Amino acid sequence: MITEDLVKKSSGLRQKWEDEVKKIVAKHSDQKENWTTVSDLGIKRIYGPEDIKDMDFERDIAYPGQYPYLRGCQPTGYRGKYWTFRMFSGMGTAVETNKRWHYLLATGQTGLSTAFDFPTLMGYDTDSPKAKGECGKVGVAIDTIEDFRDLIQGIPLDKITTSMTINPPATILWAMYIACAQQQGIPLNKIGGTIQNDMLKEFIAQKTFMCPPEPSVKLISDTIEFGTKYVPKWNTVSISGYHIREAGSTAVQELAFTLRDGMEYVEDVIRRKGLQVDEFAPRLSFFFNAHIDFFEEIAKLRAARRIWSKAMRERYGAKDPRSLWMRFHTQTAGCSLTAQQPYNNVVRTAIEALAGVLGGTQSLHTNSLDEVLCLPSDHAVQIALRTQQIIAEETGVANTIDPLAGSYFVEALTNEMEEKAWEYIHKIDDMGGMVAAIEKGFPQLEISDASYKFQKQIDAQEKIMIGVNKYVQEDEQVDIPIVEIDDSIEAEQLKRLAEVKRKRDGRKVAETLKDIAVACKKGENVMPYCIEAVKNYATVQEICDVYREVYGEYRDPGIY
Amino acid sequence: MAERKIRILLAKPGLDGHDRGAKVLARCFRDAGFEVIYTGCHQTPEQIAAAAIQEDVDVVGLSCLSGAHNYLFPQVVQLLKGEGADDIMVIGGGIIPEQDMQALYDAGLKSIFTPGATLDSLVKWINTNVTPRA
Repeated sequence: MITEDLVKKSSGLRQKWEDEVKKIVAKHSDQKENWTTVSDLGIKRIYGPEDIKDMDFERDIAYPGQYPYLRGCQPTGYRGKYWTFRMFSGMGTAVETNKRWHYLLATGQTGLSTAFDFPTLMGYDTDSPKAKGECGKVGVAIDTIEDFRDLIQGIPLDKITTSMTINPPATILWAMYIACAQQQGIPLNKIGGTIQNDMLKEFIAQKTFMCPPEPSVKLISDTIEFGTKYVPKWNTVSISGYHIREAGSTAVQELAFTLRDGMEYVEDVIRRKGLQVDEFAPRLSFFFNAHIDFFEEIAKLRAARRIWSKAMRERYGAKDPRSLWMRFHTQTAGCSLTAQQPYNNVVRTAIEALAGVLGGTQSLHTNSLDEVLCLPSDHAVQIALRTQQIIAEETGVANTIDPLAGSYFVEALTNEMEEKAWEYIHKIDDMGGMVAAIEKGFPQLEISDASYKFQKQIDAQEKIMIGVNKYVQEDEQVDIPIVEIDDSIEAEQLKRLAEVKRKRDGRKVAETLKDIAVACKKGENVMPYCIEAVKNYATVQEICDVYREVYGEYRDPGIY
Repeated sequence: MAERKIRILLAKPGLDGHDRGAKVLARCFRDAGFEVIYTGCHQTPEQIAAAAIQEDVDVVGLSCLSGAHNYLFPQVVQLLKGEGADDIMVIGGGIIPEQDMQALYDAGLKSIFTPGATLDSLVKWINTNVTPRA
């Protein structure tokens, strides 16, 4: 792509420019000595042809829909269809969340995304002592299929895709979705959606785990196998860097740990289930963070596609192009938002969303300005959604595909992110894979290092957060409305759960739970048994207790 | 005899898994010369109170971002009191809305730190307000 002749010419010009710079800097020194990205990659004053001289257009860049898919998986980019506007929602009871869903669909959202409360995420029912004070607070409370039916009331399951942010109990929530579809007479090959179902990142970052890493990966392989056979339009795992980044990682760590997690799942399914990689890989999906450092984020997303396609082809021998496509959802960075001067968060989110779009995301969630303080209000979530609509329909940035390709800076940064990510990936390979690395505490400690360093940089004003360590408004009164989840929700949910437990056939529940235990012990796929259990009103916790009993319970080692 | 170091128990009560802040503080307090015990996530108030007493700490720092602080924080204070350990100071942090603060102070929390607090200010606060128990 870059000819020797061009590099030669450019070097001469660059020398001249550098001489000029020296003169100027001698008179007016730069504002600071080290210029770095938000995750501390060094940034040069300028980039030129010599910075990407080893790049080969066909091998490294090419066109959208062409290997290595740097410029996107689909040949037509956003011209055929914008990314999916998928705002995350879930609060209080299923009935209330269902109301929010209908509001969002009426506002122009095109896909649904659910947040569950902590008891549901951790596999406890609302009546568990561990759940006290948590019901409905950070998401919707689901105990039984009865709640799930309320959640999806009036949503056409064969037309709207739903993403569920659920991990340890993913088999169970997915079983509820499947059971509801079956009961509505919708064939399983017609339903589509995503379960997050990415357990490795829980140990690394988000900490809603249940069983140890090894059996947790087994449950994921069960869903991948079941999906491959019976629910072909479902994304059975959304391999997530989002939480890794929110836990304080750098962009490179997010890239490396997420992709290495994905590789671990691929290896497990091949080894444990005997499936061919091309049978299941096309349904693997990803989820990244879009942080505030604009170019670093764009480079990260572009590099992610190239790393994945190379890994799938070279490491696992995938041949189907769809196996090589990294399809991903992006969410703007919650951790970049500030409680101080919260309206500034609208601006941050817009820039982050733009990075996601220029990075070629296929689905996007924009954070609401109040999310650093509470769950989003109707008004705040509308501004966040409008942000995406403005980017899509007013700014023109979606008119052409991957408009930053060929930029000396963006390509050099993309290459650098990729190289550094591979270094991590190879290090984890050498440890014996991601499960082994997690057991050693490796990714956890790397993230701790990064987040502590970043906090110190903020305190020292080496990194800037407007309103927090610069342009601080003394005696600021934050005057935005705060959404509160009323504690009465808990009492209401307890009543509903008690009612379901009273009405159901207890013997049938016990039987189905026993079947799950037997399947776990034999190493069988648990999905058919879970579907049967939830149809008979087994609760989330009852099934999770079976998992905990058979596989053991993981406790946070508290690595810092 | 060397002066006894301040001992801090940092704990994540409830089911919340957002432990970035707690871990950053654990390192920061360690670097500041305090003795730090970090419980990891998903501790019940009972486990936290028991650990605080057993480890003979001077202060307990609770971190919660799930919105369950109104229940969990006062619960820890109550349990310590019930065990006659009300000389162990309890402080809190996380996503704590302004309007919840007074009730938490009334329940016995000594201070509450929210996003934006600098590490230095936290170390300073501990050094000013905590004296190692005899």
